[in-house]
Amino acid sequence: MSATILFTIISLSAIGATAAIILYFVAQKFKVYEDPRIDQVDEILPAANCGGCGYPGCRGFAEAMVKADDLSPFYCPVGGNETMAQVAEVLGKAVEAKDPQVAVVRCSGSPAHRERINSYDGASSCAISSSLYSGETGCQFGCLGLGDCVDVCDFDAIYMDEETGLPVVIDDNCTACGACVKACPNVIIELRKKNKKDRKIFVSCVNHDKGGVAKKACKVACIGCSKCVKVCPFDAITMDNFCAFIDANKCKLCRKCVAECPTNAILEINFPPKKVRTETPEKPKVEASKPVRTSAEKAGTIGEAKPEETPARPTGENKNETK
Amino acid sequence: MLKTFPKGGVHPAEGKYSANSAIEVLPLPKQVSIPIAQHIGAPSKPVVTKGDKVKVGDKIAESTGFVSANIHSSVSGTVFKVDKVLDSTGYKRPCVIINVEGDEWHESIDKSTDLKKEISLTDKEIIHRINESGIVGLGGATFPSHVKLSVPDGKKIDVLIINGVECEPYLTSDHRLMLEKAEEMLVGIQILMKALGVNLALIGIENNKPDAIEHLEKLVKDYPGIEVHALKVQYPQGGEKQLIKALINREVPSGGLPLDVGAVVHNVGTAYAVYEAVQKNKPLFERVVTLTGKSVKKPSNFMVRIGTPVSYLIEAAGGLPEDTGKVINGGPMMGKALNALDVPVVKGASGILIMPAELSQRKKEVNCIRCAKCVSVCPQGLEPYLLNRLAQLEKNDKLETDGVMDCIECGSCAYTCPAGLPLLDYIRLGKSRVSQIIRSRKQ
Amino acid sequence: MSKLFISPSPHVYEDTTVKRLMFDVVIALLPALLFSVYFFGMGAIIVTLTAVVSCLAFEWLIQKYILKEEPSITDGSALVTGILLAFNVPTNLPIGIIIIGSLVAIGVGKMSFGGLGNNPFNPALVGRVFLLISFPVQMTSWPVPTGFSNSYTDAVTGATPLGVMKEGISAGEPVSAIMDKIPGHMELFYGHMGGSMGEIAALALLLGLGYMLFRKVIKIHIPLSIFLTIGVFTGILWLVNPESNADPIFHLLTGGVMLGAIFMATDYVTSPMSVKGMWIFGIGIGIITVAIRVFGAYPEGISFAILIMNAFVPLINMYVKPKRFGEEVKNG
Repeated sequence: MSATILFTIISLSAIGATAAIILYFVAQKFKVYEDPRIDQVDEILPAANCGGCGYPGCRGFAEAMVKADDLSPFYCPVGGNETMAQVAEVLGKAVEAKDPQVAVVRCSGSPAHRERINSYDGASSCAISSSLYSGETGCQFGCLGLGDCVDVCDFDAIYMDEETGLPVVIDDNCTACGACVKACPNVIIELRKKNKKDRKIFVSCVNHDKGGVAKKACKVACIGCSKCVKVCPFDAITMDNFCAFIDANKCKLCRKCVAECPTNAILEINFPPKKVRTETPEKPKVEASKPVRTSAEKAGTIGEAKPEETPARPTGENKNETK
Repeated sequence: MLKTFPKGGVHPAEGKYSANSAIEVLPLPKQVSIPIAQHIGAPSKPVVTKGDKVKVGDKIAESTGFVSANIHSSVSGTVFKVDKVLDSTGYKRPCVIINVEGDEWHESIDKSTDLKKEISLTDKEIIHRINESGIVGLGGATFPSHVKLSVPDGKKIDVLIINGVECEPYLTSDHRLMLEKAEEMLVGIQILMKALGVNLALIGIENNKPDAIEHLEKLVKDYPGIEVHALKVQYPQGGEKQLIKALINREVPSGGLPLDVGAVVHNVGTAYAVYEAVQKNKPLFERVVTLTGKSVKKPSNFMVRIGTPVSYLIEAAGGLPEDTGKVINGGPMMGKALNALDVPVVKGASGILIMPAELSQRKKEVNCIRCAKCVSVCPQGLEPYLLNRLAQLEKNDKLETDGVMDCIECGSCAYTCPAGLPLLDYIRLGKSRVSQIIRSRKQ
Repeated sequence: MSKLFISPSPHVYEDTTVKRLMFDVVIALLPALLFSVYFFGMGAIIVTLTAVVSCLAFEWLIQKYILKEEPSITDGSALVTGILLAFNVPTNLPIGIIIIGSLVAIGVGKMSFGGLGNNPFNPALVGRVFLLISFPVQMTSWPVPTGFSNSYTDAVTGATPLGVMKEGISAGEPVSAIMDKIPGHMELFYGHMGGSMGEIAALALLLGLGYMLFRKVIKIHIPLSIFLTIGVFTGILWLVNPESNADPIFHLLTGGVMLGAIFMATDYVTSPMSVKGMWIFGIGIGIITVAIRVFGAYPEGISFAILIMNAFVPLINMYVKPKRFGEEVKNG
């Protein structure tokens, strides 16, 4: 009896010891040297693995940064300047602060403004719809409304508004990783500089049709009239192929163009409404009765995660102190 | 036992309502808009501008490369403008819009209807003439025909295959052509045989067109080297690869072309267009188009000038039915749904199909139950359920190894899926992604 | 005219739906159900109703309150699971046990993986095996088929032919002697023997197979490969030593082979996609079944065999691909 037990214990221990020795040597032989700084940098990164930096996941990004001599081409859109500063500290390199950005949806073609002339019945994907035809409306440039941008967002920062059928960016969640920009087949989403209190002024239209054609398809299309270009005191607006574009870096948020636009294609977001009224009381399109036009529901971008809980709109004393 | 391809295939309801309607010449519309990209390959370059006078058969856009095709005016009149117009691709694309004035044909075109049998041109001249006449594959793929006839060095072609299968349900344009223009078509086949330097041409026809088979069998006795073969009704037999397999039992290798197995496939419509171009010097500016559908008052086959608006055809067939839910350019399996009815008819349009509303919407989607029906109907031996999943997950490298590029987009998988899954939608998306990757890799 | 619909091709669809396929399976199961009612009486009806109702109820409850999705019990898959579970238990099984079995079948076997189409194992078999292990006494006291007049739980019980065989062989009796104690092949064919409710009547199950093949619900490959494998394997054993091994016909007609091969192994979700894969799957089931029957502790092994091979299905799907068109060039 005891012999059996003894035999079992000895033989199993022997097998275990042999295996341990083999494992030790194998581990030694196949050891891969890895720069310990990669782990350190990886720790700092937000571990979102969104690919917004252009590398396959956070670890790939960390490896690339450790190898690189200069950090200027690298930027983690999720962690922002804070993270990059920490990384620079670990690696002993310098890094310049970059302006934080936010995704902006440049289309206001809700059913009210843009008539649906047919109905799409295929798989629910913008990429498939756009490979098939120009979309449910007469506008072949705008939002297709099937939510590919929502599907790719890793941060719950974008959702489809059921009423307008347009995606809405939640500024506080948006990290500007750019996934939605890449997913949108019509490239209507743009990363723009983030301003104080999430204020923004942009042309919410990307169509390149001539004015008449554009207007027929969508009431709030940019018709390429160039009024905004003329009124802009900072030369921030350019006209390209019948569509205006406001350079966020040059724009000083003066809102002159908003008042000038005949189709309401230029949107102002998160501005106090009172001022709008006093500044341009005679302009019919920014009437007090329709402040909705400039607010979250209509626009496509809002400053609060839950729009229905926000009072009328974020005002000066809003807690929205993102930057 | 009738010949067919061995793997997969489905048999949708045929619905050939217009099979007994003789080809009617459609009166000229008031205005045509002729897209400058009607073929696979580089779009043509317009050579006319606003205000130019054109005659029928005048070149209005020029081929811009080897894989490209000339485009000719289908009417006589004044060029109204060259502008972007919504066409059957669903997008606004450049078109030459011509206001119709009279019907004056280019002088060199032989307008007589006599059958001209002897072939005076040499093989080089034939190919040149076909290229000049802007002939593309009229079965629907619209691949420029002269490219298929220019056999690269080192390849040997020993058989010409003529596709009279018309496996798409509803469509009958090829069927009527084989009945009414059989002799012209057979001369056209002889011209193609001469251009390729082959002594054998096989015409494949599905067995649901017994009149066409009988008619052609009688006629081919006078045309040495041409044989007619009846084929079992099975979709997608009209696919090049499937047809070659069915007729001569050769398998085009994955990623290869029919000429890799010594065969060239042309559609019967193309053979007829070749006859007209070579014997009558008439460029490709009109074609037979079937206008059909379950509730269409007068299902018809029209001889239509390219650029005629689809709505004009619909009017000629008794108007748009009340219950219309979908208008398809092409057959129900591979055709493209139109988002407007004033789009022009193009070279590749073999039919316009009007579907009633109750047949226009898809089945409700439920979970995949892995019933493997898609696997068993795939004529290419692929696994559609898997490709669908991989495409949704964007696993592009796995898609490539699982053969997404072999997919011929016949739609058999989505047709048969009991769960109503949009299999082909996603596979097509995956295929276009993978082909982009392959292209960028080559560069 | 209303708005035009736009969708990618194809624009026509076969009228087959998941629901139709499931109800075809139900129709195919009906002959066997009628035979069971004939042989076992009220018990068969009570067991079937309990299993079906509880399967449907559990699916509905789980979808509604746990998964919070639109209940899809009308697709018929829970109905099939319920009937198959009932077919796999004796007709005198207490109702409580059947309900537990249904909960395990639907809850653990199906819904925990995400519902229809996502379960790696046949839900009815998961339920059955769970009951077999948890309630071995109740699950193996088979009522003797006497006729419709039988009442439910107080039926006379006896062993199945397979059980008699196993016991006899392990006691060293020659097969020819054991054969005298069990019904003849003809009786086995139309199901006059003890056993689980739905597995007894080979004739009725084969009728169901014929119907499903006719309606193109399933392909022949899986049942055929299982039958052939079991036939060949037991045939060899029988030829080697007919006195300690039963003949292949006996093996095919008894136990759950018919039910398993025709209705359980062919379950879409848990069987391979390619024809080659189906053959591998069927042969695997055949070999494991015979191995358990001849060499194992249980008299019957097809449930375990199917569950084991279910586990291999993803692997089979991964490595056994259909031959692609133009994969090997052969010009002829």
